[in-house]
Amino acid sequence: MSATTAHPPVRTALRPGLVLRGLLLGGLAILALLPVLNQLPQDSALHVSDFVVAVSGKWICYAILALAIDLAWGYAGILSLGHGAFFALGGYAMGMHLMRLIGPRGVYGHPVLPDFMVFLGWTELPWYWWGFQHFPFALLMALAVPGLLAGLVGWLAFRSRITGVYLSIITQAMTYALMLAFFRNDMGFGGNNGFTDFKELLGMPLNTSGARAALFYAALLALGAALLLCRHIARSKLGRVLVAVRDAESRLRFLGYDTTAVKLSVFVLSAMIAGLAGALYVPLVGIINPGEFSPGNSIEAVVWVAVGGRGTLVGALLGAFSVNALKTWLTSFAPDLWLFVLGGLFVAVTLLLPRGLAGLFRREEGR
Amino acid sequence: MIGGVEGRLYLDGVSVVFDGFRALNALSLIIEPGELRAIIGPNGAGKTTMMDIITGKTRPTAGTVSFGEHDLTRMDEAEIANLGIGRKFQKPTVFDALTVFENLELALKAPRDPWSCLRWRLAEGARRRIETVMEEIGLTERARDRAAILSHGQRQWLEIGMLLIQEPRLLLVDEPVAGMTDQETESTAALLRGIAGRRSVVVVEHDLEFVRALGSKVTVLCEGSVLSEGSIDHVQNDPRVIEVYLGR
Repeated sequence: MSATTAHPPVRTALRPGLVLRGLLLGGLAILALLPVLNQLPQDSALHVSDFVVAVSGKWICYAILALAIDLAWGYAGILSLGHGAFFALGGYAMGMHLMRLIGPRGVYGHPVLPDFMVFLGWTELPWYWWGFQHFPFALLMALAVPGLLAGLVGWLAFRSRITGVYLSIITQAMTYALMLAFFRNDMGFGGNNGFTDFKELLGMPLNTSGARAALFYAALLALGAALLLCRHIARSKLGRVLVAVRDAESRLRFLGYDTTAVKLSVFVLSAMIAGLAGALYVPLVGIINPGEFSPGNSIEAVVWVAVGGRGTLVGALLGAFSVNALKTWLTSFAPDLWLFVLGGLFVAVTLLLPRGLAGLFRREEGR
Repeated sequence: MIGGVEGRLYLDGVSVVFDGFRALNALSLIIEPGELRAIIGPNGAGKTTMMDIITGKTRPTAGTVSFGEHDLTRMDEAEIANLGIGRKFQKPTVFDALTVFENLELALKAPRDPWSCLRWRLAEGARRRIETVMEEIGLTERARDRAAILSHGQRQWLEIGMLLIQEPRLLLVDEPVAGMTDQETESTAALLRGIAGRRSVVVVEHDLEFVRALGSKVTVLCEGSVLSEGSIDHVQNDPRVIEVYLGR
């Protein structure tokens, strides 16, 4: 056995893990400065345009979604191709609140009903719109509805031991079905136009730079909180149980773990984080429509995590920001190319960088 | 290792039919508390199916399976595992991405629901328990290494350690010495002999030298039921056993 005794790890001047951590903290610090730099005079060298702030705010919400996917996929091995649905549901819950706040300022001037309902000739608010005039209720629903849907889908799938590609297909079908449902006018969610023309949130008019900065910081704060929560889980014994579910689920079952309960709880939590991301996204971009449920969105979000490096959390952030930066840059001059580049990126990362961008910064462990 | 030896494994008239194929055919078997038992038999005799029935992976088509007063046919795999029935698979399945220490920590007796796992803190007693087991299986030096880089024999030892740390009342061991060196085989036999007595141990094995080294009562399975039972010398001289095992 002496021949196989482990050698102590060789110490290098700069541990790669530290580079990754520095990159993360530096990136978050730069993000935090953006709204401040936006306030500088236009001719200042450090001035940041409204566009950059708006786009960065969107990416922060995408990064939260990526974290949610990494927790479920990177740790527990649950590859959901329908996380966009949880994101969109959270967005719709917040959108309903914003619609209720428009009140009589709508085109038709109805005191309670949103414009699209007046247009459809409805005279009463449907029961599922009740309570959304209250912000805490809307926020609660943005978490609870995705959580309940994930709980239902997960419970049905996991107890029947549906895993792998079959589970991915079911989640993909779920988001597609929701997209078709939300496109229908009589669902009461604005049909294919969705919700837009929001006026205010929590008493502040949405079209001011102050409101935009506040929403930006709310999203950044949520990203930090989600990262700390996921990291806490990943480092606990639950995190090791998730890895064990991913690598050898039936073995873990024989150890006496109820793997269905483990997967269900992480899937529900992940869906709730995705819902929160959606709820932050809608007031930032000012619109939500059924296109958010499109299966492609969910797949794209999975590609962010794959590119960044799954099972690392930091990789999810890295992937969300870098792939979206690439997308914003590329679609500005060649929008038709994007899907090919996205697909190519996924293939290239799978073949050449199986541990993603984060893998470049990590010490080779135990192999 | 504390805890009394209670609980008798009782199989009576157990049959399992897969698509018309009878994997077990009215199998009856009793393992007394603390007994060490070797199960041998040709391929397809039903050894693995028998293990699957006991651990709840497969449901019997007919018959009774109980451990103490518990009816195992009405319990799922996790419940059966929590009853104190541990199983070592033929192919070592340890968690590759986790270290030796973390593998044993997952196997350690503790509340297994997600919330308890999230709030788990390694207490001093638990740490000592893990260290004791690492000592027993000879992997103390490898505590911080990932299971992925262990040798085949070491992975088998780790898996046995993961069962030991759960303080099982019945241990099912499927071909533990396949692919092991002679020296490893010898120490495995010694380890299993030491474990029995405080708990029941059922070993399924092909290697007759290893079965002899166990020095236990032997049950020979054939075509899903018991062909012969007794000491190794008794079954090796049984004409029916000679016919199915050596005669062809």
